[in-house]
Amino acid sequence: MCTLELRNLRKVYSNVEVIKGVDLTIKDREFVVFVGPSGCGKSTLLRMIAGLEEISGGDFMIDGVRVNDVPPDKRGLAMVFQSYALYPHMTVAENMAFALRLAGVPKPERDERVMVAAKTLQLDALLERKPANLSGGQRQRVAIGRAIVRQPKAFLFDEPLSNLDAALRVQTRIEIAKLHNDLKSTMIYVTHDQVEAMTLADRIVVFNAGKIEQVGTPLELYHNPANLFVAGFIGSPKMNLIAAEVRSSDGRTSVLTLEGGSLFSVPKALVPGQKLTIGLRPEHIAVVAEGGMAGRVEVVEHLGNETIAYASIGAAQPLTVKLPSDSDVRIGEMLHFASRGQTASLFDEAGSAIMSPSA
Amino acid sequence: MTKPTTAPPHRKKLMHTWPLLTPTVGVLLLWAFVPLAMTLWFSFQRYNLVDPTISGFAGFNNYKFLLESPAFLLSIVNELVLVGAVLIITLVLGVAFAVLFDQEFFGRSVARLLVIAPFFVMPTVAALIWKNLLMDPVNGVFAFVARSLGFTPIDWFTNYPMAGVVMIVAWEWVPFATLILLTAMQSLDRQQVEAAKMDGARGPQILRYVILPHLARPMTIVLMMETIYLLAVFAEIFVTTSGGPGNATTTLTYLIYLRALVSFDVGGAAAGGVLAVILANIVALFLVRTVARNVDL
Ligand SMILES: Nc1ncnc2c1ncn2[C@@H]1O[C@H](COP(=O)(O)OP(=O)(O)O)[C@@H](O)[C@H]1O
Ligand SMILES: [Mg+2]
Repeated sequence: MCTLELRNLRKVYSNVEVIKGVDLTIKDREFVVFVGPSGCGKSTLLRMIAGLEEISGGDFMIDGVRVNDVPPDKRGLAMVFQSYALYPHMTVAENMAFALRLAGVPKPERDERVMVAAKTLQLDALLERKPANLSGGQRQRVAIGRAIVRQPKAFLFDEPLSNLDAALRVQTRIEIAKLHNDLKSTMIYVTHDQVEAMTLADRIVVFNAGKIEQVGTPLELYHNPANLFVAGFIGSPKMNLIAAEVRSSDGRTSVLTLEGGSLFSVPKALVPGQKLTIGLRPEHIAVVAEGGMAGRVEVVEHLGNETIAYASIGAAQPLTVKLPSDSDVRIGEMLHFASRGQTASLFDEAGSAIMSPSA
Repeated sequence: MTKPTTAPPHRKKLMHTWPLLTPTVGVLLLWAFVPLAMTLWFSFQRYNLVDPTISGFAGFNNYKFLLESPAFLLSIVNELVLVGAVLIITLVLGVAFAVLFDQEFFGRSVARLLVIAPFFVMPTVAALIWKNLLMDPVNGVFAFVARSLGFTPIDWFTNYPMAGVVMIVAWEWVPFATLILLTAMQSLDRQQVEAAKMDGARGPQILRYVILPHLARPMTIVLMMETIYLLAVFAEIFVTTSGGPGNATTTLTYLIYLRALVSFDVGGAAAGGVLAVILANIVALFLVRTVARNVDL
């Protein structure tokens, strides 16, 4: 049982507000991912939850009890650090048993709990090794093992995969997902990588500059980004964001003039003359025979499973289009692009979504 | 490095290395082995600076005379007490200061500079300042503080001469230990400390299980380097107690000085020098052994 509640949490470092009032409730057994660009305050918030960083304002509750001033070890949370932070002079077994040893758990029980955790993480053959004699992936597993042994109320991960190579990252990501499934405990996972966020999370919390931009399931964020920041952050390749102005509206549909001159109609009543931004996902754009947005292909990337084309439509940024892998577009070709279905997002001048397609 | 038997080009290369090595080896010989050889030579000679009639081969008489004198055994005990006490004090205070000055606080860089500063005071000056300004039983600062608190001032160099010398030498060497250990503290992974906090470790346990293991290696470096210098402590004794009262602060180093330049017995002093080299090697061997056993370097 573990519910975490953040009420208007703030963090101030000598006059600089780093966390600017965060409200969030994390349900029992939920896997929540904090995602956002580097320096937005994700680690700081996680460390405030862990108790390693003082809370400057607001309340932090675990299972309804305010724990702002409870020391880290008494909060019953375990953390996996980005650098793993294993104790270099202790063996793997000693590393994993350290918390139990400090808590005065008798040795037989300690050994047994370490053994159980080591088996689930396939560390049982490495128990007598020192961290220096382990590979990066093995150290990572020891760090996770050290957290598991404590049987914490919730796990906190701070960018746990960022020091692994690409192949190992995917593998470990799957292991963490499996672990969450097996342990059924609450987990908070911090990353700047939206792919990790999308693949692991029950719910994603998107941060920017110390504030929550949006909270939602991966698909909610993908289909209904609340603002320009989330729209640009979630999804790969990035959503096309094009400046536009409403040309005419007949009460049900409106025609927009995009930057660069193309026309685009959306099923929504809008005020003519209104300036806005339209968001189109690269995978929701198709090549059509005529009409739509006309653009010259500038770059083509063949990724094998798909082809990404960048076409100049006269706007500041080229239009990114995701095409099937067997597409035979060529550089310099003039093509017409249209959105498939009703999949366009609209954002007002302040950057908030004014219409999202019904996914 | 390479096997000289295999390829001819290698053999050619090896043949040309000795001209490059010669200067270094030559300087090393002059620097270390000539004085050592001369000391060994004198230690078997009857040689007194004020009486040229005493001369000739002495056999082991210089050694016999030295080993039989009660001052010799006491000097070795004094030497070990001085070195041991200063090592313990500097390591304990060095760790304490390193941990303390690693924290964030206002004026940290100034404080760091101040704690390092005694290292730049030369031993004679340091000893004079301590003797006359601080530890003097009548005019010293310590005596003043003791009197104003209602205690009788301590006459350090009369009643606790070794403690007095240890205090001065320790004051000179704490900065060195602090400097090395503070540098090491800065390379401690902060996340390890935080992990220990999450695991339930409090201050003393963090010190015991995270900080001290991290500092073990630099501490052995401090231990070895200081030992080399402490075995040769001279100026502090010369300035404060001149080895006294009686022989209370006469270390082996000081005894050699007394033999050579007070008694003018060069033969006896040289024998003391040879024994000092042997003592230093025993201490070094002992240290390296214990260190190697306790720390996986
Ligand atoms: N001890 C500190 N003192 C002052 N500013 C800090 C401190 N720690 C972090 N910050 C600032 O807080 C912001 C958020 O940092 P962090 O939480 O590490 O970001 P993230 O993990 O999202 O990359 C950064 O701008 C950083 O400069
Ligand atoms: Mg971070």
